[in-house]
Amino acid sequence: MSFLSNLFNKRSSAPIARDRLQILLAHERMSVDGDNQDDLLAKLHREIMEVIKRHISVDQDKVQIKMDRGAQCSVLEIDVEVPGLTDRLSKKD
Amino acid sequence: MAKVLVVTSGKGGVGKTTTTAALGAALAKTGQSVVLVDFDVGLRNLDLIMGAERRVVFDLINVIQGDANLAQALIKDKRIESLSLLPASQTRDKDALTAEGVAKIIAELREKFDWVICDSPAGIERGAQMAMHHADMAVIVTNPEVSSVRDSDRIIGMLDSTTEKARAGEKMPKHLLLTRYDPQRAASGDMLGTDDVLEILSIPLLGIVPESPDVLKASNLGAPVTIAEPNSAAAGAYMEAARRLMGEDIKVTIPTERRGLLDWLFKWRAA
Repeated sequence: MSFLSNLFNKRSSAPIARDRLQILLAHERMSVDGDNQDDLLAKLHREIMEVIKRHISVDQDKVQIKMDRGAQCSVLEIDVEVPGLTDRLSKKD
Repeated sequence: MAKVLVVTSGKGGVGKTTTTAALGAALAKTGQSVVLVDFDVGLRNLDLIMGAERRVVFDLINVIQGDANLAQALIKDKRIESLSLLPASQTRDKDALTAEGVAKIIAELREKFDWVICDSPAGIERGAQMAMHHADMAVIVTNPEVSSVRDSDRIIGMLDSTTEKARAGEKMPKHLLLTRYDPQRAASGDMLGTDDVLEILSIPLLGIVPESPDVLKASNLGAPVTIAEPNSAAAGAYMEAARRLMGEDIKVTIPTERRGLLDWLFKWRAA
């Protein structure tokens, strides 16, 4: 009976441990990989800001740059929040 | 050609010193000449595990600072002739472990022995970095438990970036030794399994050492488990791991409670 309840009822904890580790380590490997990447992101942030500023005014902290490093490919995510852009553009027209 | 092997883990208490002693004795038993070097300055324990705590006169730091030469500091094992120990200092500061001093000692040991096994302290500080710096290969001791696996991952990152081998652009061969493995808990699904740990850390498996009272018994006696309890399951696992380190191709058997079908089903190849 205990064998059956083991099989069907109890949720084992090892798979949870494995999943938590896989998610955690994906993040940690990215950040430990180095200072180089931080430098790169800072540089990208600065230069992207310069380009955007030439055309529209936007807050420094409204630009988010993230790098997700995966096994096969990495994703560079640039998120620019531009409040009221549609108004400004339509006024210009 | 001598091989420098670092036994490391990041996390403390997973079995680095036990493994250093057991693997070293196992290699020495096959006729190889082996020296065990304790890098845990301030918290030395390899001397105690080896039963040589009362024979320590000079230590690693004494040799680095020129107070003694290597021959004076090396302690020959009384049970196996080809096995020696270089103890760490118990009183000095970790900063006494200079990069140049360590490099010089490792170079000297390379000429005298077939295997130089460096027992790393826990953590990622100077002692751990010095222990791995000159290594040709690494044994990463891991328990099937989340914090140990996480720390091992960090150490693997360091082995691949900060060591002399990594800086020369070479690849550091790394081997996973899973210790304190409890077959019963693994079977009930409440302990990370071998395949889980291997998948996460993705380095080849050197062996699986089952949790065993024989390991504690051996440390009480001051002898590596491969000498004190040579017929135990733990000693068997270490003996096989030693043979794999020497290049033999032996299948890794996952320990099970009862020997039988499961034993036969779950066999892993060491890479």
